Amino acid sequence: MPRHDPTEPSGALEALTTMWTIRRFEEALEDLYSRGMLHGTNHLSIGQEAVAVGACGALEDGDFITSTHRGHGHSIAHGADPEPMFAELLGRETGYCGGRGGSMHIADVGSGNLGANGIVAGSMTLAVGAALSQRLLGSSAVVLCFFGDGAANEGSFHEALNLAAVWELPVVFLCENNQYGMSMASDLSTAGGSVAGRGAAYGLEGVRLDGNDVIAVAEGVATAAAAAREGRGPALLEAITYRYRGHSKSDRNLYRTQDEIEEWRTERDPIARFEARLLEEGRLDREAIDGARQTARERIRDAVKAAVQAPEPTVDVLEEAVYARR
Amino acid sequence: MAVTMAQAINQALADAMAKDERVLIFGEDVGKLGGVFRVTDGLQATYGEDRVFDTPLAESGIIGTAIGLAMYGYRPVPEMQFDGFTYPAFEQIVSHLAKMPNRSRGTVKLPVTIRIPFGGGIGAVEHHSESPEAYWAHTAGLKVMTPGTPEDGYSMMREAIEMDDPVVFLEPKRRYWMKTDAAMPVTTEPARDAVVRRAGTDVSVFCYGPMVRTALDAAEAAADEGWSIEVVDLRSLSPLDTDAIVASVERTGRAIVVHEAARNLGIGAEVAARIQERAFYHLEAPVLRATGFDTPYPPAKLEEFWLPDVDRILDLVERALAY
Repeated sequence: MPRHDPTEPSGALEALTTMWTIRRFEEALEDLYSRGMLHGTNHLSIGQEAVAVGACGALEDGDFITSTHRGHGHSIAHGADPEPMFAELLGRETGYCGGRGGSMHIADVGSGNLGANGIVAGSMTLAVGAALSQRLLGSSAVVLCFFGDGAANEGSFHEALNLAAVWELPVVFLCENNQYGMSMASDLSTAGGSVAGRGAAYGLEGVRLDGNDVIAVAEGVATAAAAAREGRGPALLEAITYRYRGHSKSDRNLYRTQDEIEEWRTERDPIARFEARLLEEGRLDREAIDGARQTARERIRDAVKAAVQAPEPTVDVLEEAVYARR
Repeated sequence: MAVTMAQAINQALADAMAKDERVLIFGEDVGKLGGVFRVTDGLQATYGEDRVFDTPLAESGIIGTAIGLAMYGYRPVPEMQFDGFTYPAFEQIVSHLAKMPNRSRGTVKLPVTIRIPFGGGIGAVEHHSESPEAYWAHTAGLKVMTPGTPEDGYSMMREAIEMDDPVVFLEPKRRYWMKTDAAMPVTTEPARDAVVRRAGTDVSVFCYGPMVRTALDAAEAAADEGWSIEVVDLRSLSPLDTDAIVASVERTGRAIVVHEAARNLGIGAEVAARIQERAFYHLEAPVLRATGFDTPYPPAKLEEFWLPDVDRILDLVERALAY
C-alpha cells in the first residue's frame, strides 16, 4: 500500500502538510542565509513540492530514493526529520551526515535515502545498484530515482536506463523537469523534445505528468512502482514543474522573465491548486487546510530552534572517516 | 605445478566467492568469456549468473552499480576491462566511491574492489596500456595496490576484497603470465607493507607492479658490475609505506624510483618528496627516476624504447653512484 493516498482525506492532509513543510523549510533556509547563519550555496525547490510529495507518498515503507542537488523536498517527503536536515545544512554534529554533507549531500542510507548528489545524474547508476541489491536479496523494494531535465543529457542517464531496462530492475526514474538546467531552457538542450520520449529507446513507455498536481504525480508513480514491484521492470516518468527561485544563490534570473515566474506562481502553484481542489471537492475544510499550514510552520520553527543550538564539529574529526576503521 | 599471476588472481576470486556469498563479480565479458585475460575464467560456471555477470559497455554504470550494491551489504569486485576504460568511470570513482564513506562519517562502507589490468608491454597502444595509478593515489578515500608477483596477486586480492575500503586493484597485465611454483592459497605480507625483494647496500630501487620484475633483472645485471642494489616493491601506492622507503634509503643512501607511468607528478615524485622530507641527511645523491616519458603511450614499435628497462635503470644506478 502506498504511504498515503492524496485522494483520501487523511492522505490529502498528510500530503498538504508535507508540501507546506518543504516550502517552510526552504523559506527558513533563505532566512538563515540572509542572516549570515548559513554558508555556501543551496538549491531551492520552492514551486516543485508536488513532485516530491506525490512521488514519495506513492512509495511503500522500505522503498528507496536517490536524490539530486535540489533534494530537500525529496528527503522531507521520504520521511526525513527537518531538525537533523537543518543541522546538516548548518554544518552541525547532529546533522544527518554530521555536517559533512551539507545541502547537496543529505543522506540516510538506513532509511532508504541514498542521498542527494552534487553531480548531475551522479546518483542514477547508484539507483541501479541499489535495485539490483534488493532483487538479489529477494526484497520487493522499489527504487525511486529523482533527476532533473539537465541530467537527461548526461551519459549516466543513458547508462542507468539501459542497465535497469536490460536487467528489468525495479527503478522508477522520475525526471523533475523544472524547465531550466541552471540558465539553459530544457527545450534548447533536449533533442527529441521531451525526456519521456527517450524511454522508447529503452523499451519503456515514457509518461509525462503534470508535476504541479500532487494527485497526478502520485497516481503516475504508484502505477509505475506497482509494475516495477511485480517484476515488470523500470519506468521513465517526466513531471513538468517550475522552480520559482534561481538555480542557486548566485542566479540573477537573466534567462527568464519576471512575468513567466509570476504566471507559474499565481496560476499554477502546486500548493494553492491542491488546496483549492480539496475545498472545491469537499475533501478537506478550511480549518483542516489552515491546520496543515500551521503544523508545518511549527515543525520548522521548532526544528530551526533546536538545530542552531547543536554543537559544531571540531578540526580533529577531519580524518576520522576517510578510511574505514577496523 | 606452476601458477601464473592470472591464475593466482583467478584462484583468489574463486576462494573469496566461496568464503563470502556477498562477493559479486561483474564487468564487460567477465562471465561466459572469463575476461579478456581469462582472470575470471570459470567463475560464472561455478558461482552462477547471479554472482558473476556480464554488463553492457558502460563503465560509469558498472561502478555506480557497484556502489549501490555495496551500500546494501554486497562486496562487489567489478572489472574495468582495460586501464583506459576507467576514465568514463572516473566521476563515479572519484566523486562517489571515494567520498561517500567520509561524508557519512563512516556509516556507509563501500567495500568495492575495482580490478584493472594496467600498464603496457603487450603492444596494445594507448587506451589499452595506460598507467593511471597517480589519479587514484591522489584521491583520498581510495586504497591503491598492485601486485608484482603471482603470490601477491593471490594474497593481496584476498585482502582487498576483505577490506571495508574501496580498493583500486591494478593488475600488471604484462605479468599475467609470470609463473611461480608456490602453491595457492598463499598469504604474503599485509598489502600496506612495502617488501624488500632483494637486499642491497649501494642503491635502493623502488618499484611496483610490472616494474618489479624489471628492477630485479636490473639488480642481477648490476651485481655483475659489482653494484649491490636493493629492490623494494612498494605494493601499496596509497597509502605508501613511507617508513619502509626511509629505512631502505638509510641503508643505501641512494634512491631510484621506477614506474611505467609518465614522470610528471607520478608516484616517483611523491616517493622522492618523502625521501627528502624524512631522509635528507642520509642521501648521497639526488633521487632519480626511470619512468615512461611525458607523452601519450606510444605505438607498439616504440614501446620498448618508451618503457623503463634494465639499461635505463643501470644508467641511473651509475649516475647515482657517481655523486
